[in-house]
Amino acid sequence: MSLRSPRFAALAISILLLLTLPAWVGNPYYINIASQILFWAVVALALNVLVGYAGLVSLGHAGLFGMAGYTAGLLLQAGHGHLVADIAAIVATLLTSAIFAILSLRSTGIGFLMITLALGQILWGIAYRWASLTNGDNGVNITTRPEFLGINLANASAFYYATLVVFGLAVISMAVFVRSPFGASVRGTRDQARRMNALGYNVWLIRFMAFLISGFWTGVAGLLFVYYNQFISPQVMALQTSAEVLLMVISGGTGTLLGPVVGAAIVVIMKNVVSAYIERWNLVLGVIFVAIISFMPEGLVPGTARLWRYGWHRLTSRKPSAGDKPGDRAQ
Amino acid sequence: MNLWLTLAVNSIALGGLLFLLSAGFSLIFGLMRIPNLMHGSFFMLGAYFGVTFLDRGMNFWLAAIASGFAMALIGAMVERFFLKRLSGQELPQVLLTLGFSFIIADLCLLIWTGDPWQPTTPAHLRGAVQAAGMFFPIYRLVIVGVAVVIAIALWLMVDWTRLGAMIRAGVDDAPIARMVGIKVSQLFTLIFALGAALAAFGGVMGAPYLSVYPGLDAEMLPLALIVVILGGTGSLLGALVGSFLIGFLYNFGQALFPDLAYVILFLPMVLVLVLRPQGLFGKVVP
Amino acid sequence: MTIERRTVLKGMLGTTALIAAPAVLRAQGAPFKIGLLTVKTGPLAQGGIQMEQGIAAFLKEKNGTLGGRKIELIVADTGGNPAGAKTKAQEVVERDNVNVILGPLAAFELLAITDYVREKQTPLISLAAAEDVTQRKANPFVIRPSATSAQTCHVMGDYAAKDMKYKRAATISEDFAFGYEQMAGFQRAFEDNGGKVVKKLWPPLVTPDYTPYIAQIGNVDCVFNGFAGSNPVKFMRAYADLGVKSKVPLLAGWTAMDDALLRSLGDEAVGVLSAAWYSADFESPSNKRFVAAMQKDYNVLPGGYSAGMYVAGQCVEAAIAKLGSKADDRKALADELHNVSLIDTPRGPVKFDKYGNVIGDVFIRKCERKDGKLVNTVIKRYPNVSQFWTYDETAFLAAPVYARDVPPAKNLE
Repeated sequence: MSLRSPRFAALAISILLLLTLPAWVGNPYYINIASQILFWAVVALALNVLVGYAGLVSLGHAGLFGMAGYTAGLLLQAGHGHLVADIAAIVATLLTSAIFAILSLRSTGIGFLMITLALGQILWGIAYRWASLTNGDNGVNITTRPEFLGINLANASAFYYATLVVFGLAVISMAVFVRSPFGASVRGTRDQARRMNALGYNVWLIRFMAFLISGFWTGVAGLLFVYYNQFISPQVMALQTSAEVLLMVISGGTGTLLGPVVGAAIVVIMKNVVSAYIERWNLVLGVIFVAIISFMPEGLVPGTARLWRYGWHRLTSRKPSAGDKPGDRAQ
Repeated sequence: MNLWLTLAVNSIALGGLLFLLSAGFSLIFGLMRIPNLMHGSFFMLGAYFGVTFLDRGMNFWLAAIASGFAMALIGAMVERFFLKRLSGQELPQVLLTLGFSFIIADLCLLIWTGDPWQPTTPAHLRGAVQAAGMFFPIYRLVIVGVAVVIAIALWLMVDWTRLGAMIRAGVDDAPIARMVGIKVSQLFTLIFALGAALAAFGGVMGAPYLSVYPGLDAEMLPLALIVVILGGTGSLLGALVGSFLIGFLYNFGQALFPDLAYVILFLPMVLVLVLRPQGLFGKVVP
Repeated sequence: MTIERRTVLKGMLGTTALIAAPAVLRAQGAPFKIGLLTVKTGPLAQGGIQMEQGIAAFLKEKNGTLGGRKIELIVADTGGNPAGAKTKAQEVVERDNVNVILGPLAAFELLAITDYVREKQTPLISLAAAEDVTQRKANPFVIRPSATSAQTCHVMGDYAAKDMKYKRAATISEDFAFGYEQMAGFQRAFEDNGGKVVKKLWPPLVTPDYTPYIAQIGNVDCVFNGFAGSNPVKFMRAYADLGVKSKVPLLAGWTAMDDALLRSLGDEAVGVLSAAWYSADFESPSNKRFVAAMQKDYNVLPGGYSAGMYVAGQCVEAAIAKLGSKADDRKALADELHNVSLIDTPRGPVKFDKYGNVIGDVFIRKCERKDGKLVNTVIKRYPNVSQFWTYDETAFLAAPVYARDVPPAKNLE
């Protein structure tokens, strides 16, 4: 992308806006909302690795997310330090992801979706019912947020910047992943699994690695979640959460970098901001999803891009190319 | 009270209810390959319809059937106007059915409020069976009876009617079915409506025993999923056996291993998916 | 039900939306903001909706003005889970800058936000029962005019052993903090008076069918249940259907036989004894007004959820009246709330101990059918019950907080 392209300008402006957000938002409540959008966006980006690039739809990511949160929460409660708790949480999440992957990658399509769903429900069931281990419905409280390079993250802006750093790293790693040969091979397993196999690629291993990458970032976001709320309880691991993250990915647009971020923003804003003004926000959220699927089945970001191109072509050449008409599906 | 006997009988009773819930889900999933994540909402909405009809003084059976018809209509509309356009696209189907489940849940809260509704058991079905130190409500056994009747009716329909033959053809191979002139599109609408109606009927049958309240949808959906995965999608026999199996796992798991009750419920689903993805009674889809 | 959720209560509960700049709010004559943390979605919505009705009924009675200050009520739906409670507490504190928080509903929600309101120095008037918030970890910003979880259950344990002469009891309640603390209170008072708790059952909050648990109730004289939300309805039906009710009398905590639940219940509830800190048929002037208003506006018989918020409103009114222009000082308000003492509330006289928990009456009620309708008739009234019951305060606080196995159940079979 050239330095003068509109995309570069948009990117530069977004980065600038994100970096200065606490200054122009001011109210800590909205800064906190921004932090929430960012860490949910990390989960959505992580799930997108599987859904968008590997073509594997997981409904069990809430389990991985909660795994990180619970491991950290329980270790902190037991008196361990933040570093130990965080590392243990990531390791535990990676191990869980590996188990998830080994079991679920025996299948693709709906089978994969169902296995991940069931595995997620098992983890939820343990958090929910094994009260002597997880404190059940009462959840796990952690009293302090960590310090990061001497900065206390208790403050809303400080936590926002910490989250922004993680979010930035996640986006960069996703961008690298998408453009890398490995990313290409992941997409290959989505589109042409048999051909990839014939070409000598180990399709299973590629998918396994994609699952681990997805699990890693989900775990990182789970840590941010537990530090943000300083609390974790089984509801976080329920099917509802997995479904919401999947909705973020699909509504924003699978297989894009921006889509999951937009989707996360929609869901978080609906849940937290709009719910203060509209009592029936669940209804509105449902209607939004149905509308997106009915009018932009490919998701908001690719859909808007398509409409934009369509409008642009109409304006410039008055001869839209066949693939850009609304109604045609992207890809 | 004899614990083991009560648990065993209750497992069967719960199995009956689960069959009403999941038979439709199995047909929809098996034939249309749609992971219908609004099936729990059908169950709940149907139950709410039922309690409203009962509140107006309607006969219990009439209320259950009327609720089934109402839901069939709603199901058919959802299929015709929304799902139809998404055939074969699992992801948008997931999003759409989830979106509708949000909408239905919130509408129910709006209309029927947060209060739990529990209709009285119909007068002619009250009372209990007392045997071998066990005391068991007749009504729950009636549910099992109804489930068996419906199972037989569905089996007759699938195995012995022209419609059933079309359904079987559709389950086995939709493209071929289309080629031999089966109107798959209309068939799908019909099956979706039938599935919705069965869930709603089950919801009304379950209402005197489970009651109806916000969140019932989210409780029932995973149960329907497990039953159908265990039994095998598209297989009525599978749904029947799966229902009773889950009935037992649920009852004995909660009583014996409360800490691991949900592990006991979901682990078999994982095992079946991993070891025998077509389910216990499902056919291998090429 | 209005769609607007941020309502200024002007005159007769007008519904003008108001989004004012924060600077304006601090000015003299600016509305006094009450943030209500309630639950309007999910399984606990039944109680949450009543909480909103309770405070709305109170504010309407007062023409939207308390102690000369216009009141702005901001309602937030926590969704009935701890993370939601945290987010919504941040919303009302940091965005809306409320003077006082009412709610939340559930003990696990309160536990998730108690440190937060202390840190933000925002007074909170709780409905939720989590014991330690007014005990070992007493929070100077929290008062509780409802009751701790065990406050009414101590009474029920005492009544069951002394008045009913029950010897063996089983307990059953949801597997979370509120359930643990209720059952512990019952067990302690019951066993201190010669009874034995021989079985403790813990079904999860979401349980489609209670049969596997009810089937485990063995040979006992009574069963004490502490269910909440919509669960009591399901539980009591199964209890009766399985033929246990005709053999083993059922006792209940306040949420399990809340007056507002009665319209959802049938014959299965007749005869159930319950201990509650509020009863709709209690004859105090304010309760008569309150019950009449609730029936007129919402066509419901109020229960503890709405009464708790009505009383919370009365506490706010008393504190504002005392503080006058200083009511905007959060710390002063929190301190003054601790000093509130009311004679006439829907639940009888209310005052607070030094930990911010109410000292008030507890009623033993029996559910009866009168003129075709279910009512909880008060059969005994225990005046001025403290959260420590008859126990020594110091010894009580030196022992660990009530939990699933605290105090230990030594008589399980």
